[in-house]
Amino acid sequence: TKTREVLNTDINDLFKSSRKIDDALFEELEEVLITADLGMDITMEMMDRIRKKAGRLSTADQLKAVLKQELIALFPGKEDPETVPALPRPHIIMVVGVNGTGKTTTLGKLATRFTRENKKVLIAAADTFRAAAIEQVGIWADRAGATIVRHKQGADPAAVAYDGVEAAMARGMDVLLIDTAGRLHTQKNLMEELKKIKRTVEKKMPGAPHEVLMVLDATTGQNAISQAKMFHEAVNLTQLALTKLDGTAKGGIVAAVAGTLHLPIRYIGVGESMDDLQEFDAVRFVNALFD
Amino acid sequence: MFENLSDRLDSVFKKLKGHGTLNEKNIEEGLKQVRMALLEADVNYKVAKNVISDIKTRALGQEVMESLTPGQQVIKIVYDEFTRMMGSKHQALDLGTGSSGSIMLVGLQGSGKTTTAGKLGLYLRKQGRTPFLVPVDVYRPAAIDQLKKIGTQLDLPVFDSTPDMKPLKICQDAQIAAREQGCDTLVYDTAGRLHMDDTLMAELETLKKGVSPSEILLVADAMTGQDAVNIAGSFDQRLDLTGVVLTKMDGDARGGAALSIKAVTGKPLKFIGVGEKFTGLEPFHPDRMASKILGMGDTLSFIERA
Ligand SMILES: Nc1nc2c(ncn2[C@@H]2O[C@H](COP(=O)(O)OP(=O)(O)OP(=O)(O)O)[C@@H](O)[C@H]2O)c(=O)[nH]1
Ligand SMILES: Nc1nc2c(ncn2[C@@H]2O[C@H](COP(=O)(O)OP(=O)(O)OP(=O)(O)O)[C@@H](O)[C@H]2O)c(=O)[nH]1
Ligand SMILES: [Mg+2]
Ligand SMILES: [Mg+2]
Repeated sequence: TKTREVLNTDINDLFKSSRKIDDALFEELEEVLITADLGMDITMEMMDRIRKKAGRLSTADQLKAVLKQELIALFPGKEDPETVPALPRPHIIMVVGVNGTGKTTTLGKLATRFTRENKKVLIAAADTFRAAAIEQVGIWADRAGATIVRHKQGADPAAVAYDGVEAAMARGMDVLLIDTAGRLHTQKNLMEELKKIKRTVEKKMPGAPHEVLMVLDATTGQNAISQAKMFHEAVNLTQLALTKLDGTAKGGIVAAVAGTLHLPIRYIGVGESMDDLQEFDAVRFVNALFD
Repeated sequence: MFENLSDRLDSVFKKLKGHGTLNEKNIEEGLKQVRMALLEADVNYKVAKNVISDIKTRALGQEVMESLTPGQQVIKIVYDEFTRMMGSKHQALDLGTGSSGSIMLVGLQGSGKTTTAGKLGLYLRKQGRTPFLVPVDVYRPAAIDQLKKIGTQLDLPVFDSTPDMKPLKICQDAQIAAREQGCDTLVYDTAGRLHMDDTLMAELETLKKGVSPSEILLVADAMTGQDAVNIAGSFDQRLDLTGVVLTKMDGDARGGAALSIKAVTGKPLKFIGVGEKFTGLEPFHPDRMASKILGMGDTLSFIERA
């Protein structure tokens, strides 16, 4: 399409193997980083670094390789893929984030993954605010073969979470997934509500929730930093998921988020169906920035 | 996290005291700061580049006004340029001259279409119209249910779609049902889709052809980053949008996407979404958006005084 032709530089042209390193190349690389939403801080730092190293290099390809290395280094080291520990049971994961990022869908995909591993999965439908949020997560529970604990719309979400923990313990569940309502990080009362949900879970089962998963949308720009900081402050995040990577957005902001908060990016979402969840892989992620 | 643009510019121009005119040399450093501020606000890279070059042309040779510092002068030029780009004043819905009109909402997944459908229903009713909400999202789990619940909550009629119906059939049947129920304005809530998903984009083209909506509004998230140009560009190219609604403006996003979307589509931003409640819909005001993107809130009063 015309717009995209105009707006997307053909990156492959940038790296024709014989291409020399010059100012135009630096400018084009800067454009790649900025349009990937990496943000000005990381972009400037990366540009500084490759400028310093450029003297020892002769081709654009070499420079690109160095840049990729630097970018990969931004992500906390690769850990083993998540497995649900045998104990304590239930393993409780609380899913949080701003509105519409893909929390419920990611939770549904996770439920599917766990039931396929023959885990007994319970879902607590603690988004009692958004219209039909309970029905939505209910359909995901059916798809996944998980059970669900639900109250009426408008009920206290902490009470749903409490009942979820209680039921998971009583029924010997392996995993409890808690879906929470989307909320903007700037809304004090809603962030307090989220804290209360977490406290309630903790009280019922000391040490829980074992994971607090923040779901970020790859389409989001610089605001993701502010989102993650404030959610982290409120409920102490332990991991990140990046959704909607099946679009054209690169989701570069996650580098800044993972870097500043020292959080692992566990999952990426690449579609709307239950199989569209993958492990995050820094090398593939960085390569995709240059596609 | 960021210093205010006006502080940054003041510190740039402090070094250049005594220059009565903005010239090639002293403006350069100032524009660098402006560019940085735009990119931090998520204005698209290419859009920012064009804006900066326009601003430079406008700024060169301008006498600094008595009442302003050079930094304030630059901000005033940027602010005026933004306001001009985004359309100077609020543009109302155009529902045509006939007895009935319709609005089709389109956009990426999770941008706020269904919520906006409810908000528009409320808004239209306040305008004296009789809205009819139409759930066209047969894909997402409980999407139809969501709009039906919203209808109940707001006491607005909702077409009784089911997930096994074809979207075009829903829209066409809804037209008839609306007429029967004496409703004059249909609001079609379509499923979220990616702008490069050819099949689903073609579906929207079919819907457009089938029901000829008076307005096709792109519902976009104010937190959108650099990709806003691709998203808005593609939707506009396939559907020839009539306007844009920017949602989730109640957060702390600077909303540079507004400028990117306007630059790439030329289509008016008509409304902003400012909350999850159904009263959270406001007319779009270019001047307020300009100060938000610049991260300046109320500090722009010096411009009004100048
Ligand atoms: N293309 C694509 N769409 C996704 C992905 N993940 C979620 N979605 C879609 O994004 C939209 C929002 O997803 P939800 O799971 O409802 O988001 P949420 O964060 O629970 O939303 P709220 O509860 O309203 O805050 C839905 O249309 C999903 O189908 C993804 O990885 N790729
Ligand atoms: N804070 C805030 N939240 C909003 C606004 N508009 C929508 N939301 C929330 O954003 C989330 C997604 O909204 P929906 O209306 O379901 O989005 P959608 O575009 O219909 O999503 P799909 O149909 O899945 O593509 C919900 O949690 C809404 O409550 C807004 O202006 N401000
Ligand atoms: Mg949800
Ligand atoms: Mg919807």
